[in-house]
Amino acid sequence: MSTEGTGFVDTSRLTKMSAGRRVADFLLRWETMLFVIFILVCVANSILSPYFRDPKNLLETTFNFMEKAIMAMPMMFVILLGDIDISVSGIISLSSLFMGMASLGGVDTPTLVLIGVGVGLVCGLFNGLLITQLDIPSIAVTIGSSSLFRGIANAVLGDKAYTKFPDSFAYFGQGYIGSSPLPFEVVAFAATAIIAGVILNLTAYGRHTYAIGNNKVAARFSGVPVKRVRLLAFAANGLAAGIAAVLLTSRIGSMRPNIASGWDLDVITTVVLGGVAITGGKGNIVGVLISIFLLGFLKFGMGVLNISGKVMNIITGILLIVAILLPKFTDNVRMSIRAGAAKASAKARKTA
Amino acid sequence: MSVAVLIVLMTLAIGLRAPSFLRFGNLVGVVGDTSVLAIVSLAQLGVILIGGIDLSVASTMALAGMIVALTNQHNPQIPAWAYLPMSLGIGAALGAVNGVLVAWGRLPPIVASLGTMSIYRGAVFLISKGQWVTAHEMSAGFRRIPEGKLLGLPYMLWIAIAVAIFYFILMRYTRSGRDVYAFGGNASAARYAGVNERKVEMLVFVVSGALAALAGLIYVSRYGIAQSETATGYELNTVAAAVLGGVNIAGGSGTVLGVLLGSLFIGVVNNALPVLRMSPFLEMLIQGIIILTAVVANTVADMRAKKSLSSGRRL
Repeated sequence: MSTEGTGFVDTSRLTKMSAGRRVADFLLRWETMLFVIFILVCVANSILSPYFRDPKNLLETTFNFMEKAIMAMPMMFVILLGDIDISVSGIISLSSLFMGMASLGGVDTPTLVLIGVGVGLVCGLFNGLLITQLDIPSIAVTIGSSSLFRGIANAVLGDKAYTKFPDSFAYFGQGYIGSSPLPFEVVAFAATAIIAGVILNLTAYGRHTYAIGNNKVAARFSGVPVKRVRLLAFAANGLAAGIAAVLLTSRIGSMRPNIASGWDLDVITTVVLGGVAITGGKGNIVGVLISIFLLGFLKFGMGVLNISGKVMNIITGILLIVAILLPKFTDNVRMSIRAGAAKASAKARKTA
Repeated sequence: MSVAVLIVLMTLAIGLRAPSFLRFGNLVGVVGDTSVLAIVSLAQLGVILIGGIDLSVASTMALAGMIVALTNQHNPQIPAWAYLPMSLGIGAALGAVNGVLVAWGRLPPIVASLGTMSIYRGAVFLISKGQWVTAHEMSAGFRRIPEGKLLGLPYMLWIAIAVAIFYFILMRYTRSGRDVYAFGGNASAARYAGVNERKVEMLVFVVSGALAALAGLIYVSRYGIAQSETATGYELNTVAAAVLGGVNIAGGSGTVLGVLLGSLFIGVVNNALPVLRMSPFLEMLIQGIIILTAVVANTVADMRAKKSLSSGRRL
């Protein structure tokens, strides 16, 4: 958003010579720092709970955050583009509603999955078309569509719930790959992450994403199909929300209109904590991956300590702010040290 | 103001179906009901004007509401009016945290308030130990803060009117207020013109926090309950009211009157549902449709205006 800026512009001008290295430095330190916190959390968890030390059980703990992890992948693209999408939990609600309705009508499992994913994709396209074709800020569109999507679920279901799903539908959120201890959700997430990583780092689409996030106008003048790239990102966000809806509905085996409420900000927090600038153009998948597991395991550890979810919010909030402030702060310190050294050497030259 | 026309038309249409809706007493009730939303939406206005968004307003409402409710529970002898400056002070402090993070920490407003939103919400739980403060634990004076009447209008409406006048004067006639618009319209131009960026950012967040907390006080005393879920999700209602009122979500333009009308629009819709015997579960759906329609309508109108401008230049 537009208030961001001056600080960065000024500092980069001061240290023009090593701008590239400084950016690399910055990213490196961000991830290093996140990784250090992540290791600390893991160590603390292993001390707290013997459960955590067993790899098989460790995989079990991932059930609680794999849906959000899958959603964080396309959300990373959306935020890298300088956009935001706060309708994804609304999409889950609508997608889950349709699955519940279809299931009541006796639809079989493969079709249910198709419906869930399809509704998500349509919702994402709806957002994307409004945003790109009419050039409306994404936050305004997704605030409205979020109410629309969840509003439909509210209107249809009220305070009732769908609880009847076919037995085979439970596999996606509760099942394992073959007889291995690998949950299906983990594999689904791994596949999503690999696809996201490849697209972001190895394709023109990924480079276009960064270009648009850094300067939309310049990108357009350089021949980047800005509208198409943004539309696809929102469509992918809807698609991922649809997939998350399938997994979540399957895992909890029921659908209420308030399903997944508040997840939008959770997913955005994960991405931002992972070092993706909310203003776009900066960040990478490694940071987001660390952030996903950091937050997931942190919640697990606090759960073991019997800390309420509400109090966990405080820690997540502080972590978010500190993680973003700290690199800026250390940058300033380093710069003033450098400036001091330069002044001292100039003085030395003068006296010599 | 097309929103004003819409509100009148809608009110009349509802009146056709349910004549009791048009009774003076009911209309006053509807407007009074809108007070809380109007105050928080005005809180949001300043932050949106500088191109940001304050996601922490609802948590600020809940935290300030809980603090005043606990204070009242343990010290019922404190006169009720004292809670007004108290809530404003608490809110100013909470808003100042956002302000410092944005002005000195250089965090984008959405990130700073995303963090404080979680922190404040968690803090409500911590200070209340997860307990509720309910109506019978509040003093009679405290309960009268929203509902007491002056000249036939409820106190909360008077408070909203006072806030609106204060905000209007601040934004229209003071240098700080003009600086907010200047900064939101074109940040670098404003900087060259000597606008103090940090002062502007601090100002909008401190005002946002203070007003959100005031609304929190009214909310808590009105519904007779303070708990950790108070006003969950309310931040999005305020953005909706602002967007409906024609405030540019990208910053730089938007008026106090627009926000008031946007809030009133939502207030009328929500109050009409029970009168028309429609399910309260429709509220969110209708709100979503209205927001999307308003956003699209504003954009289309903008595009037309730009087109006619450019064609005019060609002539």
